[in-house]
Amino acid sequence: MAEINAVTAINQALLEMMQVDPRVVLLGEDVGPNGGVFRVSEGLWQQFGDQRVMDTPLAESGIVGSAIGMAIGGLRPIAEIQFMGFLYPALNQIFSHLGRVGQRSAGKFRVPLVVRIPYGGGIRAPEQHADSAEAMLVHTPGLKVVVPSTPYDAKGLLYAAVEDPDPVIFLEPIKLYRLGRMEVPSGRVSVPIGPARVARGGRDVTVVTWGAMNHLAMEAANELAQSSISVEIIDLRTLKPMDTKTIAESVQKTGRAVVLHEAPRTAGLGGEVVASIQDEAFWWLKTPVRRVTAYDVPYPPFAWEDWYMPTKERLVRAIQQALAD
Amino acid sequence: MSEAWPLYRVMGPESNHADRVEPETARNIYKDMVLLRTFDEKTINLQRQGRVGTFPPSLGQEAAEIGSAWALCPEDWMAPSYRDHGAIYVHGVPFQHVVLFAMGKGSSIDGKARVLPTSIPISSHLPHAVGLAMAAKTLNQERVAIAYFGDGGTSEGDFHEALNFAGVFRAPVIFFCQNNGWAISVPVSRQTATPTLVQKAAAYGIEGVRVDGNDALACYQVVQEARERALSNQGPSLIEALTYRIGPHTTADDPTRYRPAQELERWRGEMDPISRLREHLKARGGLSDQEALTIAEDAKALVNAAVEEALNAPAVAVETMFEHVYQVLPDFLIRQRQELQEVLAAFDKEGGQRG
Repeated sequence: MAEINAVTAINQALLEMMQVDPRVVLLGEDVGPNGGVFRVSEGLWQQFGDQRVMDTPLAESGIVGSAIGMAIGGLRPIAEIQFMGFLYPALNQIFSHLGRVGQRSAGKFRVPLVVRIPYGGGIRAPEQHADSAEAMLVHTPGLKVVVPSTPYDAKGLLYAAVEDPDPVIFLEPIKLYRLGRMEVPSGRVSVPIGPARVARGGRDVTVVTWGAMNHLAMEAANELAQSSISVEIIDLRTLKPMDTKTIAESVQKTGRAVVLHEAPRTAGLGGEVVASIQDEAFWWLKTPVRRVTAYDVPYPPFAWEDWYMPTKERLVRAIQQALAD
Repeated sequence: MSEAWPLYRVMGPESNHADRVEPETARNIYKDMVLLRTFDEKTINLQRQGRVGTFPPSLGQEAAEIGSAWALCPEDWMAPSYRDHGAIYVHGVPFQHVVLFAMGKGSSIDGKARVLPTSIPISSHLPHAVGLAMAAKTLNQERVAIAYFGDGGTSEGDFHEALNFAGVFRAPVIFFCQNNGWAISVPVSRQTATPTLVQKAAAYGIEGVRVDGNDALACYQVVQEARERALSNQGPSLIEALTYRIGPHTTADDPTRYRPAQELERWRGEMDPISRLREHLKARGGLSDQEALTIAEDAKALVNAAVEEALNAPAVAVETMFEHVYQVLPDFLIRQRQELQEVLAAFDKEGGQRG
């Protein structure tokens, strides 16, 4: 079995699903002959043509809005937003319509739409190409939100997202697109929406994270292992519905937790994770839960991004504090 | 510029298009227009009694709503705005349900009708209609999509994005704009510097038609023609139906604050869409005085019965708010529903009256 990166894994999933299901269509900016700015849809326009791989006008509200119509109308659209920083014109569609159609139509209509969004920083991108606005989407009723952090999960979760009867926001950490390869079988891979993944087993402290921050967590855990500190890493994979059970089980075991995300801190999803720990594992906690996040400033020019994003040093220090108290 | 977009008219001395509407269809259009006005008048009264929530009446726009909707086929998709009770009824939403929705007791659609939930945010449903039309084209289905919106809606970004997408993809979609002169208190002159709304079609490379929106038969014919163009791959159409909102924006609005009362006289009088169609049908021999009387009485009876039934309908369980958010209710919502059920049980135990 070949080892592939996340871009290839997502591309394979798209190709296979389009071959099997004629209802699956792609739309977005530059997804056609160019194969997407990250080459995620490489070769698909050549194989499936204009009607199933649609380069759209540059209009994100139009992309998500028309994709909502397509989904209600019987297709299985996969809409690509080129970068999360360009998502915001589509927020009216997402907030006002996407998650509401099921309830407002008393279940008569469902919106099996997948919105794929490359997101996240640490890639020396131009301004406004590195946002992590997942908390807004998780906060919106009626959506599901997933974030794969491995090529295997990327393929499996994309299958699950396209097969899901409800809207799924599929976040693709840009930094992980080509970082690391692993064996991924051809054909359908099953990774259900919902369950988190214990990315690394440990006994002293739990780190809860998602997306590209998994790699930072792994580096910190490797370093701390040399001091005989055993870190358990929970990769959420699905942000909504969140697997609070797996988080709680881990924290009940370790008694200590650090939440790590690259989005700004205030009203970030880390607060929600902390609240869930407080709800379900409070009496097992030996020390307060800590957050390691980006700062509450607009994403800065990339010369400063290494200091804006969580660093291994900050994470290691937070873990040590959690252990020292 | 407006000369380049002549007003399409079927009825009256300024008619420039022949009447091609089947007598039975014309009578049905008249019947539904009377029903819509009867419903509006009744509902405004109920609102004043506090039995119906804030309500946007269609008064004055019956021809545009009803005439256009009658030109559709049941398989077509409709994306309505909040003032389109008449259109969604014609397209198959049971009248009973229109009343329940006005009372805040149910969702805006029911039954088998291909009608989206009414869009409350302005024009954000226009891209949905485009997507529905594109899906129909991809799936080789012989159907169009129609979106209803107003003059204010043409200022929204989604209006532009939808018409632009529709033009680029040649989607079989009809954009039906009811230019009723007012977006709450703001006149159409504050929505655009162009003399007409229809001319915007040119910028998107799509067909544009300006129609007398108080001429029900003209509204029927222009939608029918737009539908035929769409289905023969001649692309989408923007229709501007010139009409007038005789009533308030909603029952919470007081139009005397922003528009002169004398402006209404013409629209209530010679331009009134219902009396115009009645006179036209009478002259054509398609309607007798007696029939008109019967239609009015039947409308009252139907509205009264539907309202009576809706008033007496048992309240839908509050927990239903959770039911259709996802196809399968996730655990976190099962827990939240449980939370609500406990609150309700305690409330009931204390003898509280649920609203």
